[in-house]
Amino acid sequence: MDTLQARQLVIDIPGRTGGSPLNLTVEAGQVWGVLGPNGAGKTTLLHTLAGLRLPREGEVRLGEYPLTEVRRRSVAQQLGLVFQDRQDGFPATVLETALIGRHPWLSLWQMESGDDLNRAEAALKALDVVHLKDRLVSTLSGGERQRVAIATVLTQNPDTWLLDEPTNHLDLHHQVAVMQLLKQQAEAGRAIFMCLHDLNLAARWCDHLLLLFPNGEACWGHASQMLVPSALESLYNQKLITVEADGAPVFVPAKG
Amino acid sequence: MPAFDAFRPLALLALAGLGAMVLSVSVGSAGLSLADTLAALTGSGSELNRTLVLELRLPRTLAAFATGGLLAVAGALMQVLLRNPLADPYVLGLSGGAAVGALLSMLAGVAGVIVTASAFGGALLSTLMVFGLAHGTGSWTPTRLLLTGVVVAAGWGAIITLLLALAPTRELPGMLYWLMGDVAYAGSPWPAFVLLVLACLLVIPAGRSLNVLARGPLQAAALGVNVRPMEWTIYIGASLLTATAVTTAGSIGFVGLVVPHMLRLVLGNDQRIILPACALGGGALLVLADTLARVVISPEQLPVGVITALLGVPTFLYLLYRSR
Repeated sequence: MDTLQARQLVIDIPGRTGGSPLNLTVEAGQVWGVLGPNGAGKTTLLHTLAGLRLPREGEVRLGEYPLTEVRRRSVAQQLGLVFQDRQDGFPATVLETALIGRHPWLSLWQMESGDDLNRAEAALKALDVVHLKDRLVSTLSGGERQRVAIATVLTQNPDTWLLDEPTNHLDLHHQVAVMQLLKQQAEAGRAIFMCLHDLNLAARWCDHLLLLFPNGEACWGHASQMLVPSALESLYNQKLITVEADGAPVFVPAKG
Repeated sequence: MPAFDAFRPLALLALAGLGAMVLSVSVGSAGLSLADTLAALTGSGSELNRTLVLELRLPRTLAAFATGGLLAVAGALMQVLLRNPLADPYVLGLSGGAAVGALLSMLAGVAGVIVTASAFGGALLSTLMVFGLAHGTGSWTPTRLLLTGVVVAAGWGAIITLLLALAPTRELPGMLYWLMGDVAYAGSPWPAFVLLVLACLLVIPAGRSLNVLARGPLQAAALGVNVRPMEWTIYIGASLLTATAVTTAGSIGFVGLVVPHMLRLVLGNDQRIILPACALGGGALLVLADTLARVVISPEQLPVGVITALLGVPTFLYLLYRSR
């Protein structure tokens, strides 16, 4: 697979001047988590890595090539993106929504085949929304829509997954199910790169972390090196209490 | 969706279109029986009937069909572009711009393809103005877009009235229809027909990308669509379709709104089905509306734009009411 790489990358946040350039590679088998307070630029970073907006400096590479030189369709075969907020356009059913994940794989003249339908249904099943397949997406709950969005990228089946708050709106059980699914994808040779709000989900499931500070500073590396309480406290500007549970650190915000 | 399911509604709509056309050529101040009509269409029957059907009624019917189809397809395309079921070439001022372009070139004394080119220029200018201004610094919100479109359309309406006031009196009857479309003055239906068929053929390869674009530009880009070129193609394509419809039959309103809306309710929103269905359904609707316009206060005739507006205004208000 062609790995996604940030080289001297500075994302373009209006009004921000400084910032440390990012140099990181999202390798197959890795699960990356991006942590940072509101407005640190997590979504902008994901969109820049997906080629949806241009960086201020540096470049994103996919394999040997700068992302801007790769055809959009070929990018879409390798990179999948789960958006944080979805624009509701025309009414569409759950199955139709998952099926558009096949778009980059079909030629101009091809109609979706039975095989494409099977892939979409399998993805819906994996996200536990297959029973809703004929419902209109606009009638679903927030968590159900989130799972449909993830199922669309599972149908797309990219080598590298970019996810913006994939556990938003999800209940506890489905949070764990989604993280498990992403872990399995990584074990099958995919690369996962996601923004997370929940420090504890990141601590539990990610093997690499990127901390994004509001002033544009950043540090990244193995999760074990990044989960330093003092660094996390300054990241969120919030005192934390660290406890150990089930073999992993758990961070609880201190009162007051 | 399997191909078989897709073709059945299209075949039904094609039948409806044919039926509407046969009805349209047989109804009029001299009513013909179905047998007489079919005989005239196949080249037999009396001389008088042949002249009546083939030379007087058929060109008008074909022009109505092509115009209706073009407007419905243009409306459906704009709706995908804006992800808003309220978009329509008439409401957004495209038809007005095309009418002004055509009128100006006619007053300058030119004819033929230059009128169409001038109408295309007017429609394109209108598109750029509406989308440029409504986009502004933010994104397209339905209210902003509609307000801009309505104001621009009103401006075009004023310019049309001004041009009509300045025009020589003897040309007025033939020009009034730019305000409220009328197929009675339609020229040759063939340019519009050829364009309609071309548009439907292009939709086959572009349809799935349009489906993805209907989910929003970011989602479409993430799924491999080249969003900017695609959006420009739709702008220009919809302007061309509208301009051709307007030079054929004046600015007929609301066909691009009513037809896609009705068809989406029944057929869902796969552009590969909806766009050809709009071509057929829009054609059938305008043929029927024109037939009604010819007979409702017979022997006087109404401009068909009156009928489509009477259908379209309630539909528009209902859609606006429902869209919060």
